[in-house]
Parts: sequence; structure tokens; C-alpha cells
Amino acid sequence: MTDILAIDHLHVWFDDYHALDDVSIAVARGGALGLVGESGSGKSTLLRAVAGLVPSAAGTIGVAGGIVSGTKRGRDFYRRVQMVFQDPYGSLHPRQTVDRQLMEPLAIHGEARDSERRIPRALDEVGLGASFRFRYPHQMSGGQRQRVAIARALIVEPEILLLDEPTSALDASVQAEVLNLLEQVRRDRGLTFVMVSHDLGVVTHMCERLAVMRGGRVVETLAAPDLAAGRVAEDYTRALMRASKGFSRVA
Amino acid sequence: MTLLTVRNLRVSYPTRTGTVEAVRGISFTLGRERLGIVGESGSGKSQTGRAIMGLTPPNAIISADRLEFGGIDLIHATPAQRRALRGNRVAMVLQDPKYSLNPVMTIGRQIAETLLTHERLPRAEVKARVIAMLAAVRISDPERVHDLYPHEVSGGMGQRAMIAMMLIARPELLIADEPTSALDVTVQLEILGILDRLVAERGMGLIFISHDLRLVSSFCDRVLVMYAGRVVEELDSGHLEQARHPYARGLLDCVPKLGQDRHPLPVLDRRPEWGA
Repeated sequence: MTDILAIDHLHVWFDDYHALDDVSIAVARGGALGLVGESGSGKSTLLRAVAGLVPSAAGTIGVAGGIVSGTKRGRDFYRRVQMVFQDPYGSLHPRQTVDRQLMEPLAIHGEARDSERRIPRALDEVGLGASFRFRYPHQMSGGQRQRVAIARALIVEPEILLLDEPTSALDASVQAEVLNLLEQVRRDRGLTFVMVSHDLGVVTHMCERLAVMRGGRVVETLAAPDLAAGRVAEDYTRALMRASKGFSRVA
Repeated sequence: MTLLTVRNLRVSYPTRTGTVEAVRGISFTLGRERLGIVGESGSGKSQTGRAIMGLTPPNAIISADRLEFGGIDLIHATPAQRRALRGNRVAMVLQDPKYSLNPVMTIGRQIAETLLTHERLPRAEVKARVIAMLAAVRISDPERVHDLYPHEVSGGMGQRAMIAMMLIARPELLIADEPTSALDVTVQLEILGILDRLVAERGMGLIFISHDLRLVSSFCDRVLVMYAGRVVEELDSGHLEQARHPYARGLLDCVPKLGQDRHPLPVLDRRPEWGA
């Protein structure tokens, strides 16, 4: 298997702040990589650097063989790589119907004439019926909104999906539904996932490999079963594991 | 000793399309113990907390056979009586310190405000008590944090300041509405630890509201599971596995856990008769 996403010695600076410090990761085609760490560890910055939302200072980002740099990304890139954000309240346009939000990526890629067929299909795929097509975001629940955000990412048929805490704004019961949906589409389409989350349970459920980040560096990469079995090298990873087990009075 | 008695509490909102019943007749009593209220969004758990605090918007209709705190009838209390209770004897920690702290007031002044609303104290003593309270929520440099504005501190620090503000007047009942949901996992545990210690030390009653059944049960003595404005099950937190109601079981099962391979995850199959 070849690596569809290869990041080599990537550095990101925000003025004097070294947000990403020499990060190298690779994801095989069809694989799923989880990025874990606390806030400020750089896990979201890494996703945003891949998507071209923050400029990289040094290093390379290779996507499907081609190298991208700076914050310039061609149409071709966004055809391959799509992103789902944490907060479905913020990532959907409040004054556009679902139909219009799903039309936009099609229009950008010159496929708007196909919309009559593809919009209902995209909604169907994320488990929303045709009745949702002309709703506004405020007429839907958080879970339904996140489904629309996923449909919007999938409608251009990307190969890589960047997921930035896709379920942390949702209730536990709705989270399970969205995670199942993501797994389903990944299996059906052979998608590659890069998923950021601070919940180790969620990440090990979704991804076969994990990268643990701290202070802008990748401190450890390991396979999900190793983490589940507690075979970890870094104390920091262990601290995260303890935290994910929930509150205990002795700790 | 019973601190709070709630019997047949109802909260409803009249809207253009009919009345929305957010809470539909719930009853419980609370002593100096830790009670958890769990449910999904829209289950009425926050509305219950707000009704006890007296923070329900004026257009809502609240009714109850009994709603009593420390011998005071909350349903018929005047706004002035409720103001005297709020902050002083009943306090509430909200979800996100980013929105619940006043952005244009220093942390020290906000904490002092709670104290000065209920007591008349010399200025030096106010400052000393605020700093002692900040130290009690394990802020390592209380003198410095006292003079900072909320945007200058992290989320975890902000939530500690919020807890300090709520506890400085030594309330008898604390309502915590998702106090750690906006925080990082590692910080969450620290905040819960602080809250747990203070509640135990001061012998307060605590109502802990959250959507995470497992977290709540690790923290509380007793858990009420709410669905569609009703309590569907009451659980002893040590015996979660004895949950009988399919909704409570569903809430437990749907969370992915380390070392468990379950694909796809079980999801809640919501039945209309649960809400009936």
C-alpha cells in the first residue's frame, strides 16, 4: 500500500509561537490515523495545515503523490481532500438551506447540473430523508447538522476526509450514530481518514493507528490495539489513558 | 436531613404552535449528598436545574406540588427572596467559562461581587477571602490571577474561577450543569477532583447535570436518568449494570470504550412510549 498522505518535517509558526515542530506522519490509502492530545498540542493545526487553512513554514505535505505548500490549494486538491469541523453550529451557513449548502461544492467543481441526482443521494447516504433538503440549520438538531456537514464533504467524492473532533459537540447517544455513519462511508468508499479527537475511546474505535501529540510534536505513534492493551512508551500517553477512564476518587 | 424537596415539578413554554413541556412532573429529594441528573439534550435536565435556581425565563410556566429548599417555598417566593438565596445558599456552575464569566471585569472583582451581594465586609477581608478561595480551587498563583481578565486565562483556569465564585459565599446546595464538557480530558479530571473535595469538605448538597452517564456515576451517589421531561430510572451509582430501562442501558452502551471492539456501535432506539 502506498501512502496517500505523507507529511515530512512540517513546521508551523504563529508569529513567535512554534505551533507544529518537525511533524512527520504518513497515512496509507484507505487507512485511518487518529491524532490525540490536549488543547494546544497542535493536533487541529496539523489538520488545518494539510487543508491549507494555516501556512506552513517548512517541510512538505504530500497528497496522493503531489506536493502542496503554502496555503494555496487547487480545485483538484479539494476534490481529493475534504474536512469536517467540530461545531456543526458554526460550520453551516445559518441563512442557507441544506440544498444550497450542498449545491456549493458541486458548483465549485462545475457539476451543478448533476445536482438533482446528487443532492438527494448525498442526503440519503448520511441518513437524512428528502424532507431535510429545504431546511435551514436552525431547524435541525446538532446530530442532523453534523450529518449535513458530512454530506457536504462527501458530495464531491473525496479520497481523504479530515475530521476535526467531529463528535465532541454532540451528546453521547448521538455520537454513536455519527461514528457509525462515518465508519459506514469509509467502508463503502474506501476513504482515508485523519481524525482529531481528545477522546481516546473514540479514536481507538475509529482508527487503526494513533499519533499522540504534545506541544506541537508527535511524541508517540502506535497501533490502536497496543493502546487498548496499555502497551505505550510515553508517560504522557498513559496520563491521557487515565483521563479517558473517567473520574475516580483515589486519583 | 432534607435540603431540597421537588414534587411533581413541571416547566412548560407556551409557543405559537402550542405548549412545549420541557419538564413533565419530576419528583426527588436531596440531602447533603451528590445527585446526578443524566439525559440527552432536550431531556429537561438543565431546565430542572434552572427551575430550582429560579433562572427560568419569565415566559415559562412552572408548577409543582412542592418545591422547597431549606423550608422555603420556592414556588411562592418573591423575587427578592429568591435573590437572597441565589449565590448565597444555592449556587450554579455553568458549562462554558468563556460565556459565563463577565469579560470586562477582573476575576477577583467578579468573585468579590458574589460575596458583597450578600455580606458587608471590609475591603481587605474581601480580598483575603477571594485569594483564599482561589487557592482552594488550586490556582497556584492566586494574587496574579485575582487581577486578570477572563480572556487572559485558559478554559480550565476560568472554570476554577467560576467554581471559586460559586463557593465563596458557602452555599448549601450547588448545581453544576455540565461543568466540564467544554474542557479538555486531562483538565476535566482536575476540575472534578477540586469540585469533589470542596463538596465533601463543606458538606454541600450537589446536583450534577451531564449527558455522560458513566462520568456522572463515578462522581455521584445516586443518578436520575431523564428522558423527554421525565425521570425514567433512578440508579445507585455503584450498580449501573442493574439499569433496567432500555434508555438507561442504551446511554451506557453507546460510548466507545478502550479495548472494546464493537462495530457498529449500538445506538439508542428511541421509543415514543418511553416518554408517555
